[in-house]
Amino acid sequence: MIEVDNLKKSFSGVEVLKGITTCFDKGKTNLIIGQSGSGKTVFMKCLLGLITPNEGTICYNGKVYSELSPAEQRDLRQEMGMVFQGSALFDSMTVAQNVMFPLDMFTKQSQSEMMDRVDFVLERVNLIDAHNKYPAEISGGMQKRVAIARAIVMNPKYLFCDEPNSGLDPKTAILIDNLIQEITREYDITTVINTHDMNSVMEIGEKIVFLKDGYKAWEGTNKDIFKTDNEAVTNFVYSSELFKKVRQMYLEERN
Amino acid sequence: MNYLASIGSYALMIVEIFRKPTKWPIMRSLILKEIDELIYGSMGIIIFISFFIGGVVAIQTALNISNPLIPKNLIGFATRQSVILEFAPTFTSIIMAGKVGSYITSSIGTMRVTEQIDALEVMGVNSLNYLVFPKIIAMLLYPFVVAIAMYIGILGGWIAGVFGGFSSSADFVEGLQLDFTPFHVTYSFVKSIVFAFVIATVPSFHGYYMKGGALEVGKAATVSFVWTSVVIIVMNYILTQLLLG
Repeated sequence: MIEVDNLKKSFSGVEVLKGITTCFDKGKTNLIIGQSGSGKTVFMKCLLGLITPNEGTICYNGKVYSELSPAEQRDLRQEMGMVFQGSALFDSMTVAQNVMFPLDMFTKQSQSEMMDRVDFVLERVNLIDAHNKYPAEISGGMQKRVAIARAIVMNPKYLFCDEPNSGLDPKTAILIDNLIQEITREYDITTVINTHDMNSVMEIGEKIVFLKDGYKAWEGTNKDIFKTDNEAVTNFVYSSELFKKVRQMYLEERN
Repeated sequence: MNYLASIGSYALMIVEIFRKPTKWPIMRSLILKEIDELIYGSMGIIIFISFFIGGVVAIQTALNISNPLIPKNLIGFATRQSVILEFAPTFTSIIMAGKVGSYITSSIGTMRVTEQIDALEVMGVNSLNYLVFPKIIAMLLYPFVVAIAMYIGILGGWIAGVFGGFSSSADFVEGLQLDFTPFHVTYSFVKSIVFAFVIATVPSFHGYYMKGGALEVGKAATVSFVWTSVVIIVMNYILTQLLLG
């Protein structure tokens, strides 16, 4: 579980995060949504420890990040897996080498033990045949799956995904969403996803935090989001005619 | 103020490079890869340029000797002094700032743009140590490149002088041996070690701290070449004053 209390961050006097308090549950897919410029990326970088907040605390399973020593912070980071928007795979390494990288860096496993683990996670993301391919030789969806495999290879307690569906076709996007949700439940990890994709919100949003202008404007589940009368949320989520109709049908069915 | 901030950031980067080292087996393979890219990969262009620069120095010296009282061995002497003192260490370093420096800036800059550096940081890897330290160690072999540049430059001068009909082989070799000061070679190697550090770190700084997209990677490579050259020229002056002045 990740607990965030009164998180504030400014850049050159401009306040980007204006006191966010929330918590992200273990074993659930937690989504952060909001318009561009609402502070989602800065919020996620604060959660990852890449940006130091000006005020507030972030607590990982009871441990306050800012109170940890640099060595403890590094150890905690090794419990985190991250799937970047552009996958961020190392171009000069093959798929297998990319996935093996964290094991090679931080464990004392033998080559065969590492290869077994790499095979296991690549099989988990259905990419066992891509072993010796370079990132440039595989599709965007496959790159995302390699990034997920690399993120889970160290058995992380926390998984962060920054817009995992961006640039993917709807079918592949659903595959990635389902894969992340399955992995979250299977390994009982705390997953935080930064997304714009309303399909993801409806499909896997077990907890949704809506940010607006640096504030937490709303939070709830994908069921609650249909019922909410919060104007900021409805304006953002139901900006398309399709989703307006879906919501209307849902509410009519309920009544 | 911006320049002062950049110098401060550069100093902090240098400190950070030597903290929290990467595991030795991984670092060893990174160093060997960088030796291949930065040193071995530059040998062709360095040999080519040194050969012709040595030749040009010999021809220009010969063409400027119109007084019959000036001995012909001056051609060999001038070629040796020019190549050992300036052309091999400094001119070669400016070439390396262009070839190796722009490679370093663009490769690290691309890693920044594509979030690969963020990925390293999230994993708990000291990205500066992982990316820049192997380049510094690989560039410690740079004096060998300079030594080869010296040899090839003088060879180029001998071929141009002798086969161009400007000097006899005996006169040229006599000039090469005339008033030879071994410390000039030491001075040249000291300069090359300092320039090697500059060539490894200044382009890394420009790549690592760049902001923006693909266009900015190209701009960063250009800016990095300019600043690496400026630092090399200034350091050349300071070291010459300190060692020969």
